[in-house]
Amino acid sequence: METIAMPAINFAAIMPETILSVIAMALLLINVFVPSEQKAYLGYLSLIGIVVTFFTVIGGWGTPQEGFNGSVMQDNFALFFKGIFLVSAALSILISDQYMKREECNHGELYPLILLATCGMMLMASGTDLMTIFLGLELLSVSLYVLAGFQRDSLKSNEAGLKYFLLGAFSTGFLLYGMALIYGATGTTRIAAIASYVAQNSLAGSNLMLLIGMVLMAVGFSFKIAAAPFHMWTPDVYEGAPTPMTAFMSVGPKAAGFAAFVRVFVIALPTLRADWADLLWVLAVLTMTVGNITALYQKNIKRMLAYSSIAHAGYVLVGFVAGNAVGTAGIMFYMLSYAFMNIGAFAIIVLVGKKGEPNNNVEDYAGFGFKHPLLAVCMSIFLFSLAGIPPAAGFIGKFYLFSGAIQAGYIWLAIIGVLNSAASVYYYLRVMVFMYMKDPVEEFDWLKVSPAIALCLIIAVAGVLIPGIVPGYLLELAQKAVLL
Amino acid sequence: MVSLHSYLILSAILFSIGTIGVLTRRNAIVIFMCVELMLNAVNLTFVAFSRYLGNVDGQIFVFFVMTVAACEAAVGLALMIAFFKNKESIDVEDVNLLKW
Repeated sequence: METIAMPAINFAAIMPETILSVIAMALLLINVFVPSEQKAYLGYLSLIGIVVTFFTVIGGWGTPQEGFNGSVMQDNFALFFKGIFLVSAALSILISDQYMKREECNHGELYPLILLATCGMMLMASGTDLMTIFLGLELLSVSLYVLAGFQRDSLKSNEAGLKYFLLGAFSTGFLLYGMALIYGATGTTRIAAIASYVAQNSLAGSNLMLLIGMVLMAVGFSFKIAAAPFHMWTPDVYEGAPTPMTAFMSVGPKAAGFAAFVRVFVIALPTLRADWADLLWVLAVLTMTVGNITALYQKNIKRMLAYSSIAHAGYVLVGFVAGNAVGTAGIMFYMLSYAFMNIGAFAIIVLVGKKGEPNNNVEDYAGFGFKHPLLAVCMSIFLFSLAGIPPAAGFIGKFYLFSGAIQAGYIWLAIIGVLNSAASVYYYLRVMVFMYMKDPVEEFDWLKVSPAIALCLIIAVAGVLIPGIVPGYLLELAQKAVLL
Repeated sequence: MVSLHSYLILSAILFSIGTIGVLTRRNAIVIFMCVELMLNAVNLTFVAFSRYLGNVDGQIFVFFVMTVAACEAAVGLALMIAFFKNKESIDVEDVNLLKW
């Protein structure tokens, strides 16, 4: 009897994705039976799922697994990014419950959507086929459109969801057109096969279709990582979305975008390096400058952090342009520390708001340092880290990104980066000036720290300070995960 | 016999029409239709290349793109309904609360 050969599936390569998506679907079913005041239990269940997944990620370290006939590859690079996604999802879930209860939109679908978005990011990080990367990106984006518009009754949230959806779908069109042209030029969608085809037929530099495909893909990815000039959606969406979801959106998808961006460009198109390095050089400078200069004028702290997240995408692009081991390790280290510092800052923003009054203006923080010294110290640590002041992790990350650029010979890029970073100190310190040097206007007596948010703050402070003071271990991990 | 070039030019024209539509139209549903036009232009490119290269990868990609476009339509129309309930309009000129 003829046997049918099984295709090479290898579930070990998608173990974390499998666990997370099974838990997400189970939670959707359980959600029906949970009364609305007890939706927090769904959050705890999803946290357990994330912890289990985290252990499989740790267990997979050092043993690369290839699956699905070469369309996913779970190597150290993917695993490091998966760790970042899980950390950002867990921290965002910890701050969600209190916020969602306060705003009376405590729907249980929140947690499965976060898990599915995380699953999409993981597929983006481990995809080695344009198709897998596209599917991961869409799983992520579709979940995020819903999360941005999650507060159905709030017009701002509706607007954020609608804007994100229209611009996200628009950018997907560009990304896909780029993928189609690259497929046309090389006849394959596997990124390793693309590289070997381009090298064998020496298409680099002569093939216009390949070049246009590369540029269109860069446009698509730049939308996702919020790089200027494709950043216009960012501040609006970040301001309108529910604050915990803004925290999630500003970290995870950005890291996922970079993971896919780096993998496609470094592995599939190394022969076009001269072309894309120039392109990204310009993007990096534009992104840093536009982000920082616009952030200087923001009064709303969520918008300020949105522009600052654009600027941070610019710093990370510096490491990408450098393209050497130091720069790439810097990208990973920086994205991890960015997860801690940014979500930590958003946790404080969640706490300062009350129902109907988000208290998002910088003036609302007047005297916060006298009323709640401990929380203000946490906020200061996060802001120092975002500004890149030692001994916070943000400093080490920036140091590696810029020294990678200098080693690769991009001295000017590093100088522009450092100047930008210096300018950014102004708007981070302004919040601290309001916290510590203005008289309190409000009593901040509505402010209650739930145990979940306290846990989130403790993890975030530890995640900012420990790698900032003893960065060796994490940097070593990041260097082992580099793709080169 | 229609050459590969004709298909590629047609899909480039469709893609451009979609892009221009997104940038100039003011009704959210029409904008979304223009996005769909862009995606279908890409599908045409994929199918044309797939046929030309004698390789099915492109056609499989098209299936995925169509599935994803259907998911996006479901989520997008739901978001538009939520917006319409609160604002009684789907004109993007009315999407104006969030500005700097």
